[in-house]
Amino acid sequence: MNKINSFDELKSIQNRSNTLLELRKINEEKELASEGNRCTRYLSVCGGTGCMSAQSDEILLNLRKEIVAAGLTDEVTAAITGCFGFCEKGPIVKVSPDNVFYVNVKPTDATEIVKEHLLKGNVVDRLLFEEPSVKVKIKKQEDMPFYKKQVRIALRNCGLINPENIKEYIAEDGYLALGTVITEMSQDDIIKLMIDSGLRGRGGGGFPTGKKWAFAKMYDADQKYIICNADEGDPGAFMDRSILEGDPHSVLEAMAIAGYSIGASIGCIYIRAEYPLAVSRLRTAIGQARECGLLGKNILGTDFSFDIEIKYGAGAFVCGEETALIQSIEGSRGEPTNKPPFPAQSGLWNKPTCVNNVETLANIPAIINKGAAWFSSIGTATSKGTKVFALAGKINNVGLVEVPMGTTLREIIYDIGGGIKNGREFKSVQTGGPSGGCITAEFLDTPIDYESLGAIGSMMGSGGMIVMDEDNCMVDIAKFYLEFIVEESCGKCSPCRIGNKRLLEMLEKISNGNGTKEDLDKLISLAETIKDTALCGLGQTSSNPVLSTMKYFKSEYEAHVYDKTCPAGVCKHLLRYNITDKCIGCTKCARQCPVKCISGKVKTLHVIDQDKCIKCGACQVACPVNAIIKK
Amino acid sequence: MCSNCSNDENFKILEKYVNALPSKEGALIEVLHKAQGLFGYLPQEVQAFVAEKLNIPVSKVYGVVTFYSYFTIKPRGQYVINVCMGTACFVRGSGDVLEEFQKQLKMKNGETTVDGKFTLGSLRCVGACGLAPVVTINDKVYGHVTVDQVDKILDEYNALEYAK
Repeated sequence: MNKINSFDELKSIQNRSNTLLELRKINEEKELASEGNRCTRYLSVCGGTGCMSAQSDEILLNLRKEIVAAGLTDEVTAAITGCFGFCEKGPIVKVSPDNVFYVNVKPTDATEIVKEHLLKGNVVDRLLFEEPSVKVKIKKQEDMPFYKKQVRIALRNCGLINPENIKEYIAEDGYLALGTVITEMSQDDIIKLMIDSGLRGRGGGGFPTGKKWAFAKMYDADQKYIICNADEGDPGAFMDRSILEGDPHSVLEAMAIAGYSIGASIGCIYIRAEYPLAVSRLRTAIGQARECGLLGKNILGTDFSFDIEIKYGAGAFVCGEETALIQSIEGSRGEPTNKPPFPAQSGLWNKPTCVNNVETLANIPAIINKGAAWFSSIGTATSKGTKVFALAGKINNVGLVEVPMGTTLREIIYDIGGGIKNGREFKSVQTGGPSGGCITAEFLDTPIDYESLGAIGSMMGSGGMIVMDEDNCMVDIAKFYLEFIVEESCGKCSPCRIGNKRLLEMLEKISNGNGTKEDLDKLISLAETIKDTALCGLGQTSSNPVLSTMKYFKSEYEAHVYDKTCPAGVCKHLLRYNITDKCIGCTKCARQCPVKCISGKVKTLHVIDQDKCIKCGACQVACPVNAIIKK
Repeated sequence: MCSNCSNDENFKILEKYVNALPSKEGALIEVLHKAQGLFGYLPQEVQAFVAEKLNIPVSKVYGVVTFYSYFTIKPRGQYVINVCMGTACFVRGSGDVLEEFQKQLKMKNGETTVDGKFTLGSLRCVGACGLAPVVTINDKVYGHVTVDQVDKILDEYNALEYAK
């Protein structure tokens, strides 16, 4: 694409490209093609990491081959798009304008989609989503319960545009916000608009974005920096990565807007090296934006210049903390520094720096285009707009969901998420990642916002939401998070480095069946001490998983300590394998046992010597009649 | 990894890369990414070389290399197996899958087989939580992995070697 020299030119390009997405935006059922009556179609194939891992790239190749073979190249286009969010049912292929949403598509299904659907007009029934509760096939995306309660702002373009084509982003009002800002608004105007909108940081902290910008603007310097924090380290969260993969331009545009607001000319995206697809989409997007003159010197013919570079992380959770992130960009160990000075005063290379999270940034162009009043009309009194959650764990509909603030956990887990997998009982939902806490069933009707989640011992966090059922042991979950924290602690301050290690040792002791009452008391007091004394945000919240599980699942800890049992049947050392009367005496288990602790004659009941048993479970797997039970 | 180039050539490529940097200040992590891409890992001689070229103490290079989990100072196997230990995979049983790999390969997490064929590791979230539990081997992703499938997956790679 050629360089765009003015805002007017951008607007006229936007006007002309309106038709580009026309097919995909028609929301009514079109008459399907019958033979001899072919109509134009657009096939969107999910190109997010989840679907790509399940061969969606091959699906696209096969579709294109079949389209050529069927002689439909003039009428049908097939291309990738960003994450649809319904990862559980991926890979997803959407056919427009018929508005048919195919799920669990395999590369071999391409033939049938083209031959049956495109050529004959027969929807391929077996690839439609079936609503499990009513066993009805659903054709349209918007009719699925998964999508009904969602409002997409940060994810507005994911599943719609091709992220590798800047024209499609522009057709969806892309870069219009930047144009408006740099030609019509003063720095203070934009900062006021951001404050009025009520947007708060989506990385977890929830600091008002407008205020953050105002601080960074306040300090004078020859150079200032905008940093996009794309170091998504919460294990089990993939919101930021999906935005970068599905709509990279919205982040670039917002960074330029932020740059204009605080007076920065350089932007820097700090991204995990483990995100190759997001990196490649970003590179493509930056290249296209430079070519169009939307990044670089004198953007849209104005005096404003802004460019963006990518910096790679190298796998360190603590680098999501802004001062540690800055250390890492400077090429050092990512250890946090004391605040103040805050980055707004002295950040990257000791210059005023504003660090914003990916999802925060993705909201900004929409806020400027639609106004602060529109944005602040969504959400609760203190938390405006929407929040993207990566819903995962023991839930039917794993995926990426975006809901208005104030939606309840129950709505997310049961209406959108489709309830607990395999009909099991809900036990807990964990939000906020390793810094967050576990929430129990009694709080499921809590409307989600920054304050309400904090009040029940968890936190908003960056958006990881992991659902657990009765088969998950909460001591084991606390241990899991502590293992993570111990591995990721940077080691700079002793409460985090040593304290968490001691916490983990106590948890291991408890799950091994050697815990005492004293350990339970010590767990709490040490966890509280770490919370009060650690240096950075990671350290101060690192003991939350212990505190929240101790608060809500104390009886489970007590069962481990006093009764030496694990109620969920997870902690291996507390399990017992027993052979029931069902035993047919086939001797298979005795032959499989690695420590030879099973005795019994052929065709008689076998017995396990509990003192020797190492609880490996080999006997249970070997038993042909399910006579061995684990308790 | 550049398996066809000799070490000398790799050092030359790395030197050229460092010389072409707009600024050496703050470039350490970038250079280490490049170096690991070339050599496959970051042995002492490579760390010393990077330190010299960037004019910083080798202790600083070592400090950075050992801080970040992406960098490794040990050579890795031909096939790097990573079991996702993100929370979503963990609650769906990836811990058992990792244990099974350890059992079958007779080694611990983080180790490499004596023949240099497999390295076993774990990572935090591939971002394919819909496929949990997830295992990656080099660039290939395996979804919904169960303990029973572990030997089949390993056989796939054992057969590969055989075919060679």
